[in-house]
Amino acid sequence: MSLPERLVEFVTALRGNGITAGTGETVDAGQVIEVLGLDDRERLREGLAAALLRGASQRAAFDAVFDIHFPAGAGAPESARDTDPELDVAELREQLTEALANGDQAGLGRLAGVTVDRFGRLGVVTDGWSGYMALERVQPQNLLSGALQLRGSDRSGTGGLGNRAEAQEIRGLIQEFRRMVQAEALRRSAEVRGRERMAANAVPKQLDRVDFLTANAQQLAELRRVVRPLARRLATRLAARRRRHSRGRIDIRKTLRRSMSTGGVPIEPAWEKPRPTRPELVLLCDVSGSVAGFSNFTMLLVQAMKSQFSKIRVFAFVNAIDEITDLIEDDDDLQRRIHAEAKITKGHSSSDYGRSLREFAVAYLDAITSRSAVIILGDARNNYGSPAIDSLAEIAARSRRTFWLNPERAASWGSGDSVALQYAEIVEMHECRTVEQLGQFVTRLLPV
Amino acid sequence: MTRTMPFTSVSDVKSQLESVGYLASDAIATTVFLASELGKPLLIEGPAGVGKTALAQAVSEATSAALVRLQCYEGVDESRALYEWNHAKQLLRITAGRDETWDDARTDIFSEEFLLTRPLLTAIRNSEPTVLLIDEVDKADVEIEGLLLEVLGDFQVTIPELGTIRALHRPFVVLTSNATRELSEALRRRCLFLHIDFPEADLEERILRSQVPELDSALTASVVRVVNTLRAMPLRKAPSVSETIDWARTLLALGAETLDEKVVNESLGVILKHRDDQERATKLLDLTPSV
Repeated sequence: MSLPERLVEFVTALRGNGITAGTGETVDAGQVIEVLGLDDRERLREGLAAALLRGASQRAAFDAVFDIHFPAGAGAPESARDTDPELDVAELREQLTEALANGDQAGLGRLAGVTVDRFGRLGVVTDGWSGYMALERVQPQNLLSGALQLRGSDRSGTGGLGNRAEAQEIRGLIQEFRRMVQAEALRRSAEVRGRERMAANAVPKQLDRVDFLTANAQQLAELRRVVRPLARRLATRLAARRRRHSRGRIDIRKTLRRSMSTGGVPIEPAWEKPRPTRPELVLLCDVSGSVAGFSNFTMLLVQAMKSQFSKIRVFAFVNAIDEITDLIEDDDDLQRRIHAEAKITKGHSSSDYGRSLREFAVAYLDAITSRSAVIILGDARNNYGSPAIDSLAEIAARSRRTFWLNPERAASWGSGDSVALQYAEIVEMHECRTVEQLGQFVTRLLPV
Repeated sequence: MTRTMPFTSVSDVKSQLESVGYLASDAIATTVFLASELGKPLLIEGPAGVGKTALAQAVSEATSAALVRLQCYEGVDESRALYEWNHAKQLLRITAGRDETWDDARTDIFSEEFLLTRPLLTAIRNSEPTVLLIDEVDKADVEIEGLLLEVLGDFQVTIPELGTIRALHRPFVVLTSNATRELSEALRRRCLFLHIDFPEADLEERILRSQVPELDSALTASVVRVVNTLRAMPLRKAPSVSETIDWARTLLALGAETLDEKVVNESLGVILKHRDDQERATKLLDLTPSV
């Protein structure tokens, strides 16, 4: 296959994975190849990334597609061919421990090749290679203490703190090794199954397109990093007044100074800039089991907002509502603590929006002033209870603005026990299934 | 393709940047080389303090090109970014020349003498190699992006009274962004994209060694290790490279020989600037709080 064809195939695969590179970018990528040549694979990777990517969140998917389309070699890697064919798991683990202890990246790469070659072969029915299977056999996560011990013998004097830092470092290396094994398995599989199929199925989803309701633990941990800056932006946007100073009072001093440039004639008046108000936010979060994945995310958002802004009050509910502002700290078992310490259920444990909203309107309505923005997070699945439309209307009327972020696909609003459509008539409701959509909500929908 | 900087290869970029004290990773060097070869602007994103601005400065120093900097902020406009007529001087000129006709005066007051060039125009008119740094472009309003598109697309500026000014020597353009606002697709499309993250451990060790050579090498390694541990924690602000360097200097000044709990506790304020970050780090690193 000629190089241009190959490049086009590569770009097409990228598009299939949500990286929208246009023709212009493809031409740039062609120039990149012309300038860099094909000798150094890592440099080529960086070069193509520079030409084709538009954001850091696209990088993981890009790397996976790159590995499939520009493979490091063909067939079993040299390292696997050179290793003793009788090598068993115990011996491999020994070598791996050593490489981890020495922080030997190249060694890890070599061993990843061997791991997949020896232990990753799928059965007769489906031809291919599985990184998951290989990792299950080798169990690299259990090598931490061994590697630490190996290090401990020749390093001393750093004390407990040093050890913890080293443990962290080795954990990072183990993670790296897992990634290498997965990439290697993908490469070998692509050889037998064809590139297009692999690129379509095996490439990880871009983080900002992961559905909150189905995100796994690792994705949630990564989401934490993405959500933090977004939460900050969301809060400042909610607080911002219109900056355009087209009305308000005239700033005499500034107007006079400005008139100097027009010979003392005040042609352009200067307005006093309105002071930005401090954000006042009220969050109502559904933390019931039906939206478990989403409420994990909700908590990330709330934690991030809480750490940025002081004037924020947070309420949680399942079928009763309670304030959790003081419970929120940055730690991982926040969910458990909320369920243990806040009174958010009464009698049963399925969610009841109507009762929660009514309770809020009775007990906490003074939390909302004409300056506050209210955000309600939840799927509006009411278990066929009464929706308490008037309580929501009361909340909406009292606040400056009220938004509802719904983790369900807009098409399924109103289906089954969902009262989303009824609520959507009163407050602005937005579909918020992924970080990407949250970002859109923050940047496009909110007025500045 | 229009080469903007006299680099000959990726390795050449690396060694030239190293000679001015900027240790570039492979990714950085490759992208800088491409931006120079293809004559495209370079858009750099990444957390604060990883050396985005420093990269532009290093490129200008390494190639002894002039550095023209446009610092963006909310409300920066054409007259701050591109050019402005010097009104006061024009008025003086009009009042000084009483006898001449209006036509004479008019052609005179719209000449170069009364033009105040701002960074974008300065970079375009410079006949020497230039590095144009457009810093924190995400802070500027959306309208200014339109202006940048025009200037960065053709490297020419049209001033109605003077005509079109074309770049004599295409500048090497670096835009930095902290992603407080999503930049427009159109702007992104015109740039090469580079995301600089915190450096790998051994690169950071090398950076530390070059910046704080007096520090014991075992201690340097443990400083980097502890900083990386901190970065893995859920902190409000992860310690940046510059803070790592500050910390190493502090340890040197304190005369610390090993990095034990006490030393870390005393100097934690150098790398973590928020009180709750410090508390969390103390808790997670299992440091006994100092009394």
